Amino acid sequence: MNHLIVAPIVLPAVLAPFIIMVLRHHLSLQRIFSVAGTVALLGIALALLGMTLNGQVYVYELGDWPAPFGIVMVLDRLSALMVLLTAMLAMAVVLYSIGSGWDNRGRHFHALLQFQLMGVCGAFLTGDAFNLFVFFEVLLIASYGLMIHGGGPRRLRAGVQYVVYNLLGSTLFLFALGTLYAVTGTLNMADLAVRVAEMSPDDTALLRVGAVLLLLVFCVKAAVLPLHFWLPTSYANAPLPVSALFAIMTKVGAYSILRIYTLVFGPDVEATAGLVGDWLLPAAMLTLAVGSIGILGTKIINRMIAFGAIASMGTLLISIALFTPTGTEAAIYYMIHSTIATALLFLVADQVRERRGIRIRSHSPMPQAGLIAGLFFVGGIAMAGMPPLSGFVGKLLVMDAARQSTDFGMIWAVILISSFITIVGFARSGSIIFWRSHDPDFIDTPEPEVEVEGTEDEHAKEPAPEPNPGVAFTAVFGLVALLVLLTVFAGPVLEFSAETAAQLYEPSIYIDAVLHGGQK
Amino acid sequence: MEILLATAVGMLTAAGVYLILRRRTFPVIVGISLLSYAVNVFLFATGRLALNAPPVLNKYADVPYSDPLPQALVLTAIVISFGMTAVVVMIALSAYLSSQDDRIDMSENTGDDV
Repeated sequence: MNHLIVAPIVLPAVLAPFIIMVLRHHLSLQRIFSVAGTVALLGIALALLGMTLNGQVYVYELGDWPAPFGIVMVLDRLSALMVLLTAMLAMAVVLYSIGSGWDNRGRHFHALLQFQLMGVCGAFLTGDAFNLFVFFEVLLIASYGLMIHGGGPRRLRAGVQYVVYNLLGSTLFLFALGTLYAVTGTLNMADLAVRVAEMSPDDTALLRVGAVLLLLVFCVKAAVLPLHFWLPTSYANAPLPVSALFAIMTKVGAYSILRIYTLVFGPDVEATAGLVGDWLLPAAMLTLAVGSIGILGTKIINRMIAFGAIASMGTLLISIALFTPTGTEAAIYYMIHSTIATALLFLVADQVRERRGIRIRSHSPMPQAGLIAGLFFVGGIAMAGMPPLSGFVGKLLVMDAARQSTDFGMIWAVILISSFITIVGFARSGSIIFWRSHDPDFIDTPEPEVEVEGTEDEHAKEPAPEPNPGVAFTAVFGLVALLVLLTVFAGPVLEFSAETAAQLYEPSIYIDAVLHGGQK
Repeated sequence: MEILLATAVGMLTAAGVYLILRRRTFPVIVGISLLSYAVNVFLFATGRLALNAPPVLNKYADVPYSDPLPQALVLTAIVISFGMTAVVVMIALSAYLSSQDDRIDMSENTGDDV
């Protein structure tokens, strides 16, 4: 057994309590350990990705209990890729929060961040459905703490909403798992796949209920309409670097959909054939439409990017809902892109917030406006999917994959029109934020103090202790560099995602590895 | 037995959903607790109902046994929901204390709406 597979979970799990218990009063040591831990995670993730390049599926049996009796961690191409993506995002967020001084505005930022990484990596690596629930809870508990980091009345109230919504999601998850266990008698994903495939299609009402309940849970996580209500308010009120980290959380939902509905309830399974894709596709198109309209409609920069995140989840889920290898290939590429682009925009928005607040309205000129405007422009064209950045490649691939679908006219129309609305939305807010400020006729009259949703003046008053803009901008430019690399090396990345998709649609490899020994 | 258990799960869920739709945080938290009780009882039933049977296989005699896995799942679920309830109570309390308002929605006008 290769112990490296479990390292992405064990490393943050050990580091976080260490930071809380030993380094509680030493911020600089916390920073050093947090950065070191994230660098190590990045190294581990690269090594894991290297292991999977030969197409093998690795299994790690916890406590050496053979599957399906014990819990297994499974490493395949998709898990390795997602762990690597998490590590890269975490690196940028850690650097940025250190550089901007965010980690000093409340306590235990780095410990909570490490716990969050543990939960996210665990969710990507586990091969057991109940264990997936447990890791969801781990990442959620950490996210509750991160979400209200820094405090403030609005943030705390948004935090209550966020926690309540996610607790409901967890309850639903348990109901779904209970139903599946009652029908199949197992919760190991590979074993579930075998049992579900053996069921006769006449007697599967309860199984279908379980499958749809589980889909609902993942849709809550992935912010699919009409279950997206938690996202705009929580992302808009969370500290912005935390929102950037949360970009990976919606992808946990997308990953789970991709995993469960190719492995267990795959397109070939008679009992649930056509059940998931038929529901998911319209919901995803609606998500994309509402997300892009939200971008056009909001008055607050955080909320605008939150709606951008919803819109990109819509595009991603359209691609997933096709449930074809080409669709999944496009989805994997777009998933990498949209995580990085969302995080980049949130970090740029934090720079804007530091200088002029978060309302999209005219304001006196801000320092470094050219640099910030340039970064916002890069993030905007990446999010909207315009050339030359990877968003264009991603959307092109999604639309190309949709060509084989029967609804392709509808899908193309939704993607193209919503992209247009997104461009208009970003152009509108960008020109107001960066250009109207130079309007010579503009007089900066203080607006009447109306409490607009998400007004963060209370947060703006917080002291920003010893910020180090160099480190913060390193993180931002790192994300830009990742986007550029993703565009330049689109060929190799696509090759990898094509092989990943092929592996996903060949579930027998996964099942053999877990249940019949395979490579350990 | 089946009817009793199904009714209990149904009643708890219905009461929980009703309370969650209230506007103040306290009833919502109580509603979440009721829902988590409902799901715990439901999880027990997923291993089939067996009365007075130990969750141990007996290889010397053919005696009834109950499925041990749901019991382990319920234990995990109880621990998690217990901790989560504590967390949400703390966050709701600090939200209430800092904004002098315990409405769960984010709208600003406070009316008499309980």
